[in-house]
Amino acid sequence: MSEQSTSTDLTRRRMLQGAVVALTAATGTVVLGLTGPGAGSTAAAGLEGDDSFDEVFQQRRIQGMPMAAGTAMPSGHQHGAMGYQVLIDGRELHMMRNADGTWISVLDHYRTFSTPRALARSAVIALHGAQLVPISV
Amino acid sequence: MAVRKNQATLTAQEKRGFVNAVLELKRQGGYDTFVSTHNSFIMSDTDDGERTGHRSPSFLPWHRKFLLQFEQALQAIDATVALPYWDWTADRTTDASIWGADFLGGDGRSSDGQVTTGPFAFSGGKWPVTVSPDSRNYLLRSLGAGTADLPTKADVDGVLALSDYDTPPWNSSSDGFRNNLEGWRGVNLHNRVHVWIGGNMSTGMSPNDPVFWLHHCFIDRLWAGWQARHPDQGYLPADRTQDVVSLNDTMKPWNDTAPAALLDHTRFYTYDSAY
Repeated sequence: MSEQSTSTDLTRRRMLQGAVVALTAATGTVVLGLTGPGAGSTAAAGLEGDDSFDEVFQQRRIQGMPMAAGTAMPSGHQHGAMGYQVLIDGRELHMMRNADGTWISVLDHYRTFSTPRALARSAVIALHGAQLVPISV
Repeated sequence: MAVRKNQATLTAQEKRGFVNAVLELKRQGGYDTFVSTHNSFIMSDTDDGERTGHRSPSFLPWHRKFLLQFEQALQAIDATVALPYWDWTADRTTDASIWGADFLGGDGRSSDGQVTTGPFAFSGGKWPVTVSPDSRNYLLRSLGAGTADLPTKADVDGVLALSDYDTPPWNSSSDGFRNNLEGWRGVNLHNRVHVWIGGNMSTGMSPNDPVFWLHHCFIDRLWAGWQARHPDQGYLPADRTQDVVSLNDTMKPWNDTAPAALLDHTRFYTYDSAY
């Protein structure tokens, strides 16, 4: 896949995700965690130039991309800085960022990862081929 | 008043009583509410926003109340049941009796992680997983796959020696007893056990695996052990603090109980022995 088509695809998918995020926010699902104590330079280093990715890992398509600032949260809380989204075969993997810049996902809520790509790959292994489903809370 | 015992010492009858009450609560529909409640808190507890059940000082009193409610739900089915605790510093192998077919069942199979032995195996028909982040509806475990070893007694004793209950900024980056026990810092106790079990226990819906209650019962007992070692220390923060539950703030979702009302567990139950 050429770089340009990847970029176009990501842009299209990001627009689709906007709708997904709005929907999950309306149903009360918290989407992303970012900023806060220690999330400055450590957080930036946590991405390690890994700010977007789109690859096939163990036969699953995993994608990661920054999200627009100011994403509304169900609590009324607004993220003042960049958020992030990971998809597995086009389905959202709920994830959060820790104060030290590391990441956790709903499938690995007690283990931290230094990059979203490592988090996505671990989720693929945990899924054993299963599909993510929307989370209702 | 209930006496919470080490699961390794339970009689066959006590094991059956606990398992049957859990299965009955599941059949009645009450069990999955606990799974949903846990997940909704863990997904909304953030380091820079409101945090109640996790990564915050109220991690311990919130789970104490959560376990009390679960224990009361079991006791409504069988008044003789008390939550057992799992001392993973002692019973730390994949063939320990806790994983026996007469109690919680064993490891997941290698092909897909599905638990196929014991009362919670999918084939038994009594343990469908309905609150899940993915399409699987069976119980999952991968013992020892996510991390090699459970914490040791030396790991626990080191954490119980810490004198401050918690410290600013009161989240996953804090120093102090609570965060070292929860496991975001230091040798990692609580979080590591979730990861060691794997499968459902690794997820925000971790109460899908009944071992959740035995693990957290031990964490609760360790809190009491810390209190006994530090009689001059107490829950912090004592004063109102943004986004976290201070000593006299009530906790969601109950909105009627503050940490201060939960500090003395002997008002509600006792342990067979102190840690």
